[in-house]
Order: sequence, then C-alpha cells, then structure tokens
Amino acid sequence: MEIPYTISTRPDTGLWNAKVGIWLFLASEVMLFGGLFSAYVFLRLDAQPGEWPHGLLNVPIGTMNTAVLILSSVTVVLAWAALKMRRYDAYWWYMLATILCGVIFLFVKLYFEWPQKFSHYGVYLKPEAREKYEQYLGNHRREEKGLEPRIEITGHLENHEALTDSNVKEYEIAMDPVNADPDNPAMDRPHFIPLPATDKVAKIEKEDVERISSFGPWHSAYFASYFTITGLHGAHVLGGVLVFLYMWLPVSKKVYQRNPEHLANRVEVSGLFWHFVDLVWIFVFPLFYLL
Amino acid sequence: MNNPPDIAQDPAEHEEYAHGVQQHVSRYLMVGGLLLFFTLLTVALSYVDFGGFLSWLFHIHISPEGGRKLNIAVAIAVAAFKASLVALIFMHLAAEKRLIYRVLIFTGFFVLGLFWLTYLAWYDPITR
Amino acid sequence: MDASTSLETHGEHHHEAGHDHGHQELGFWRKYIFSTDHKVIGIQYGVCGLIFLFFGFSLMMMMRWQLAYPGQAMPVIGKWLPYIFGANTMPDGKMTPEFYNSLGAMHGTIMIFLGVVPVAFAAFGNFVVPLQIGAPDMTFPKVNAASFWAFGVGGAIMLTSFFVPGGAAKGGWTSYTPLSDISDKGPGFHPFLNGQTLWLLGFIFLITSSLLGAINFITTIIQLRAKGLTWMRLPFFVWAQFVTAFLLLLAFPPLEAAIVMQLMDRTAATSFFLPAGMIVNGAPLHISGGGSPLLWQHLFWFLGHPEVYVLILPAFGIVAEILANNSRKPLWGYKSLVFSVLVIGFLSFIVWAHHMWLTGMGSTVSAFFQTTTLLISIPSVIILSAFFISLWGGSIRFTVPMLWATAFLPMFGIGGLTGIPLAFNSADLYLHDTYYIIAHFHYIVAPGTIFGLFAGVYYWFPKATGRTMSEFWGKVHFWPSLICMNVIFLPMFLQGMLGMHRRWYDGGQGWTLSGEHIWGLTGFQWNTPISWAAWVMGLAQIPFIINFFWSIKHGKKVNDNPWEATTLEWTAPSPPPHGNFVTTPVAYRGPYEYSLPGREKDFTMQNEPVEPSERSKRMAEPALAH
Repeated sequence: MEIPYTISTRPDTGLWNAKVGIWLFLASEVMLFGGLFSAYVFLRLDAQPGEWPHGLLNVPIGTMNTAVLILSSVTVVLAWAALKMRRYDAYWWYMLATILCGVIFLFVKLYFEWPQKFSHYGVYLKPEAREKYEQYLGNHRREEKGLEPRIEITGHLENHEALTDSNVKEYEIAMDPVNADPDNPAMDRPHFIPLPATDKVAKIEKEDVERISSFGPWHSAYFASYFTITGLHGAHVLGGVLVFLYMWLPVSKKVYQRNPEHLANRVEVSGLFWHFVDLVWIFVFPLFYLL
Repeated sequence: MNNPPDIAQDPAEHEEYAHGVQQHVSRYLMVGGLLLFFTLLTVALSYVDFGGFLSWLFHIHISPEGGRKLNIAVAIAVAAFKASLVALIFMHLAAEKRLIYRVLIFTGFFVLGLFWLTYLAWYDPITR
Repeated sequence: MDASTSLETHGEHHHEAGHDHGHQELGFWRKYIFSTDHKVIGIQYGVCGLIFLFFGFSLMMMMRWQLAYPGQAMPVIGKWLPYIFGANTMPDGKMTPEFYNSLGAMHGTIMIFLGVVPVAFAAFGNFVVPLQIGAPDMTFPKVNAASFWAFGVGGAIMLTSFFVPGGAAKGGWTSYTPLSDISDKGPGFHPFLNGQTLWLLGFIFLITSSLLGAINFITTIIQLRAKGLTWMRLPFFVWAQFVTAFLLLLAFPPLEAAIVMQLMDRTAATSFFLPAGMIVNGAPLHISGGGSPLLWQHLFWFLGHPEVYVLILPAFGIVAEILANNSRKPLWGYKSLVFSVLVIGFLSFIVWAHHMWLTGMGSTVSAFFQTTTLLISIPSVIILSAFFISLWGGSIRFTVPMLWATAFLPMFGIGGLTGIPLAFNSADLYLHDTYYIIAHFHYIVAPGTIFGLFAGVYYWFPKATGRTMSEFWGKVHFWPSLICMNVIFLPMFLQGMLGMHRRWYDGGQGWTLSGEHIWGLTGFQWNTPISWAAWVMGLAQIPFIINFFWSIKHGKKVNDNPWEATTLEWTAPSPPPHGNFVTTPVAYRGPYEYSLPGREKDFTMQNEPVEPSERSKRMAEPALAH
C-alpha cells in the first residue's frame, strides 16, 4: 500500500504531502512563539519604571550568533539546491556547514552567554532606601532628564557568604560602570562593547535591600522571558541539528540512491523548519539584546 | 519571481534543469549577504537616539520614553524586513501555492488578534 | 505518473496474488500495539478515551457524594479509596477539601483532554475520515502513531499525579495563577513530582499529540481525497473534523507557551504570573514579581474557547451523518452547514475574553468580545436549525444511533441557548462561577457531545467489526442516560441562579441563599436527587460496556453496509483491510443521495456512476477534486 503524493504533487493543490504538513506545523509554531512574544509585550508594558532592564546582554556575541544562524540558513538552502542539481558531494558539505553553524550557535549560548549571567548580581534597593545610595544611582539627574529611575545596583558580588550567613550585615558589590559613575551621560544608553565590572566596591546594608538576585530567570520578568524564549528557541535549534545530522549520515545516501527527489524533499522540509527557527531569532535578537 | 523548477525525470533535460537551479543559487547568496548587512544595521541603529534626532530636526520635544518607542519601531521594522526576505526567498514563499498562503494568512490574522486583543485588554481596564 | 492509477494496479495485484505484495506479515507488536494503520490507531484512541471517560465520570460520582452528604463518610467504597488515593485524602472515609478540589480539577481535565477530544476527534476522525474520503490511510502514518503514544504518555503522567505525595492538581482544570504557581509546594511535596507540575508536564504531551494529529488530518483531507470527491461533495463529518483540526493546530500553541511559563514559575523561580508583593502563609514570597495573573488567563482562554468548539464540532459531524441516514433524505442546507462551520472556526479565535468578564476589562474591549460572542451564536443556530429541518418529511427510523442523534438536538439546544445570557458581561457578573455555568456547558458536552459519541459508536461499530451491537441493550443504555442527564443538570440552572458557587466543597450547605426553595426543595437539597441521578447514570453505562465488548465477538454479523448508507466508508469491507479499499474509489455524486427520484433503492452510494438517464440533471464527468 502506497500513500499517494508523497513525492509527486497532487494536481489541484500543486503540493506534495510533507510540504503541506510542514507549513501547517510552522503555522502552529508561529502561534507558539506568538504566545511567548505576546507575553513579552504584556509583561514589558506592565513593568514599573526602572524594573525592565536594558543593556545587560552581550551585544557583540549576540550579533555574531545572529550572523552564524543567518549563514546556516544560506548553507541549508544551498544544500537543498545542490540536491536538486543532483550534486551529492556539494550537498554533503553544505549540510555539514549547516550542522556546524547550529552547534556553534548552541555552544556560544550555553558556554559564553548563559553561564556568565549566574555570576552577575543585582541588588534591588527598597524604595525608601534609594536616596541613601544616590551616589550609585544618579536618580536626581535622571529625574531631571525624564529618564526612568535606577532601582538596582549591579556588579560582581564580592562576599558570597552574605547570601547565606545572617551574621554578615551587608553586601559588597564590585559595581558595573553604570553604578560606579551614574551621572556620566555616556551611561544613559547601553554600550556596544560591554564594559566589565569596576573595582569600585559598594557596601550595601541588608536592611536597605529588597532582594538580591543573580541574573537568572528569577531575576526579573525580563530575564524570565529571555531564558524561556531563548531556551525554547535553543531546543528548536537542537532539534533541527539532530534532524540534519540524520539527513547527513550515510543512511541519507541510501535514500538518495533509491530516489534522489525523496531526499531533496526531506531536506526542503527540514530546511523550511530551520528557516523558521532563524526567523524567530531575527525577532528575538533586537527585542532582547538591543531594546 | 519563481522557484527552482520541479524535478525533471529525463536525465537529458537535467543539464538545463541544473542550470535553472544555479540561477537561484546566486539569489540565495545575495539575500544572505543582505541579511548580514541588515543585522549590522539593526545593531547600529539601536544606538542612535531617534528621539533626540527628531526633536532637533523638527524643533519638538520627544521624551526619552517616546524616543525609546521610536527605536523599538525602527528595530521591529528592520526585523520584519529581514524576516520577509527569509520567508519569501529562502522559504520559497514568493511562488508558493494558494493553499499555503491561505493557511498563513489565517495564522497571521489569529496571531495578530492575540497580540492586539491582549494589548487592548491591558490598555482598557475598568478603572484607571 | 498518476498516483491513483498506480494504486489501482497495485490493488489489482493484491487481489490476484492473494497476499500483501511488498509487505512482510507484521509481528504482534507492530500490528496491534505500535501500528501505523489509521484504523488500529483510531480504535486505540477510542478504547483508551472511553476508559478515561469512565474514570473521569467515577471521579465525579465521588464528588457527588460530598455534595449531597457533606462531611459524611462514603459508604462501602469509602474504606477502600484511601488505599488507592492515599490515606490523607479520605480519613475515615470522609473527603478532605483538598481531595475534593483534586477530583474537581482532574474530572474536568480528564473528561475534556483524555476523554472527549481523543474519542471525538482522534478516534472517530482517525477511523472514519480516510475511509470517507476514499484514502488508503493518513498521509503520515508514523506521525499518527507518534501522536497516539504522546497521548498515552500524557495520560499516564496525569494518572500518576494522583499517587504522588499531595495528590493530583487542585487548581481547577483552568489552573489559574497565582494559585497554581504556588500550590503543591513546600513540606510534604516533592519539588518536581507533585500534582500541579505533573499536570503541566502531562499537558505538554497531550498538546503535542493533538498538534501532530491535527497536521495529519488537515493534510490528509486536502491531499488524499478520492477522484471526484470535490470539497462540496465531502460528507459534513469530514468538514467538521477539518475545522476542528485547524482549531487544535492554531489555538493550542499559546497555551503550550503559557504552560512552559508556569513550569518555569514553579521550577525556576520566575515570576511570569506572580505580581510583586505576594504574601503566602504570612510570609512574603521571594520572587522578582513583575508578572501578571491575567496573562495566564488570556493565554489559557485563547485555547480554551476554540477548545469548546473542538468538543462540539465532531459531534455535529456524527449527528449529521446519522440524521441523514435514518431519515432517508439528504441533509437540508448543506452549503449553509459548511459555511457555518467555517465561520464558527474563524470566530472562535476572537471571543475568548467572555470567560474573563470578572477580571476588570474596560468597556471598549468588553464591547468587542460581547459582539463577537453574540455573532458566533448565529452559525451555531443555523447548524442546529438545519439539523431539525433535515428531519422534516423524512422517513424516520429510530435505530439506536438515531435515538442518540435526535436526543442530541434539544439537549444541545438547551446548552447553547443558556449560553446567550453569558455573552453579556452584565448578566455574567451574577452567573459567573455558579452552577448555572456548570449546567450550561455540561448540557453541551454531556447530553450533547457524549450522546453524539455514543451515536457514533453504535453507528460505525459494524464497519469496524462486521457485527452490530445489540439493539435492545442499546435502548437500555439510552433511555436512563437521557432521563438522568436532565435530572442532573436541569436543577443546576436554578441552583446557579440562586447564587450557589461551582467549587464549594460543602455543596453550598453553608450558603444562606441555598436555603431558598425552588420547586419544593432548597438549593442545597437539590444536590441529593442530582447525585442519585448521577449514580444511576453510572449504572446505566454498564450495559453499554458489556454490549460493546461482547458484540465484538458475538454480535449479529452484517454485510458491509447494514445501515444502507451512501458515504464511501460503507463501500469498504467490514472491517476494512490494510489499504482500506479493494479498488480505489471514485466519487460521482454528493454524500447524501437518499430517496433520489426514479431510482429503485432509496439510497445511492457516492461511488455509483451517474447513469445516462440522470445525466441531464447533473454534470457528466466526475470533476477532478478542486
């Protein structure tokens, strides 16, 4: 028993089955990421002044990762074109390039981007205590300029024992430049090259602190959205890489030899998925890294 | 604009067919380059203070908050342009069949409805 | 190469050779357990779904004891339940409030997502749709199998949640935040293996299953229709399943996103749905805040509303087939039915906030949703009216399927009409979260959809097995069910109008107004006859269960088309072999050619060629499906 139209097209629709299937799947993925993006919009609109952070992600690394993903989109469509032209060797190399790009993307994210968030800390000050730390916040000037107040002192936590030991009465933070030099107009907008934490240490008394948190998902609605969306996106990248691996391994050569158009169709279908993943990242990147 | 031609069964036609696909390859490379360029442009534009610039240009006052909204609009516009390049050319949507368009148009309508109506509910509470 | 031609030669080859050319005989596991055949998968979904339906029903029967006799020990089984569900759920046979809440939440979840959707959409859709469109199977058989097993895993996780410390989820089937974010946590609960987290995890598998199934259905209906089977010649059942699949495809993902977010809230300390300043058990929560409980509601109901149409549309489809078949005349208003079901599908995406009238939305957004909600009632009324009119002038025979199908009509009518006041935020201010709501939606799903499902089981049983179920025991199943359904749910409208809330653990005993009399009993006292009707109804299902399994082997043997129906599934052998049809079907006419003038028989099947004598009245050639 053979299912019709797995490779040839049905005359009235002009489509073969998997193509219909993958576009339907992509429609559902649009709704999935749409739901996540609508949550982002809702939470950002709802945020109190100063609560939605900016400039906490590494833009050069994010830009590079974006370029890697775009490159992989190019290589996958070239892989498919090579198959349509019956050049299996070219296909093999392009597919390998695509897989490597995907792996690099994940590696950069999991090795460079995410881990460094967990050693970067932010201390939220109680509203009544903010005046006391004005030297680190610069809110007088910000209010004059109509900018949102700063409610957090961020940087490297020098005394980790303060997190658990109730005898330690204050946090020592080696501050980020934005808190070390808050009235500098250059600190009003994020920097392209991320500036490292300074040596200037602020001692913040625990009774002035609303809460202290590393830059994990628990830090704020911003980081919650960031980790969830990039995590889910990363899972999709991983899924795509695994599918491509299967289509690159020797088993694919057998499919190619039996019916080359069958492999071309499979690659096209997976390629469509991959392009969608790239498309999502095209929106994720500016929304989280740049805005 | 059309997609690479469908499979040719006859091996003798294959050379011509392969040449047809080759023409599309150069298009893919060009679009890839465009995407990389626009990525860099997005990053650069995000550091431009549109609020300040337009305030100076038209002698009006745009608050920092309004300026930020302008940056958001610009970034999303560029992202939408890049996304359409990927969709239309890499995903062959420019010459896809009617059925696929219909599915995507309805999907687009519903996802925009989700965005708009959720926003409307946030924007319009019973008290202020 | 024309695919249908190749199928024909292939089929002839089958016939001649007398064995499956190109397939080796599959082992037991590949044939019956991990099958990729749509019929086997359909039956798997059907049997599992019916078992879950009965399990969810049993949960409700337990709740009804607490509602009628609050605080009293459950007789007989009260001693045994703690052994199954845990000692702290029913100390001394008396239900705890937490256990009551678990039963409520899981009754809803199981009935909807493990019972009705798998049976109505997955079981009937899988079994019948490829046969009705003349296809050999679904377009993606392996994906189909994956879809069933994802459902199995999801169901297993949901069931497991009863047996972890703390028991199953308690936050309602709607799992509203912030309660669901913080429930089932703390001492006595496992950080991951607790009821609410398992509920969320199980749901992810169920959503995955539905998405895969939806993709399969839509692609199959578009791509594998037989030659001559144009869109407007499709049986209405196929149209209903087609729209249902789209609803599942596009509405489930935002809920999946929300579930991921709630999982993050519960396991990664995020605050997607938790606002700042929350105090739990006297101590402030150590969270970032900045989240919104309303966000959950929007994303949940974005699915939740299309979901209720997922629950009803397949039943519309089943009832349509059976009404036409048992009145021996075509459905009235086929085009209106198709148009209406498409409009329902479309509108169902933009009405969701009518579940949120009490969340403080302003007049603009409320006006929008009230308007769309009222608009969506129009196509529903058109469909029901078309069904009623279809009976007019018909030669009605009350077979068992027809009993269920005709009962469906007024039952769904009551359910639908009682929804109209709820479309107005003003009326709903009073009725929200009362028993009125429970009565409204149960009338639609219980004597509505489930009657439709029973109708479908009795109707297509002969196609799946080659035998009919006992007509006598079918009637014994039907009449008590119909009467009990009404005794259960009709008084609930009145209880609701008194103001009795829907999730009270004591059945409203402590509520002053529940002491008011309606029709001779107080609001609270009505719980007693309602509960008894529920238990009698449970008993009335036993003949069905026995009839179902007994008839598989011992039912009366019948030919391929015992109901003398017109649609393509009845041209296949009963049960259909792998590949379904001996020769590939071609459709020459519409789906309901009953009582065609000038014909010998009172029905003409879809694959009967058009005779020269008919030719003047219709197109000569079967058009290739457009």
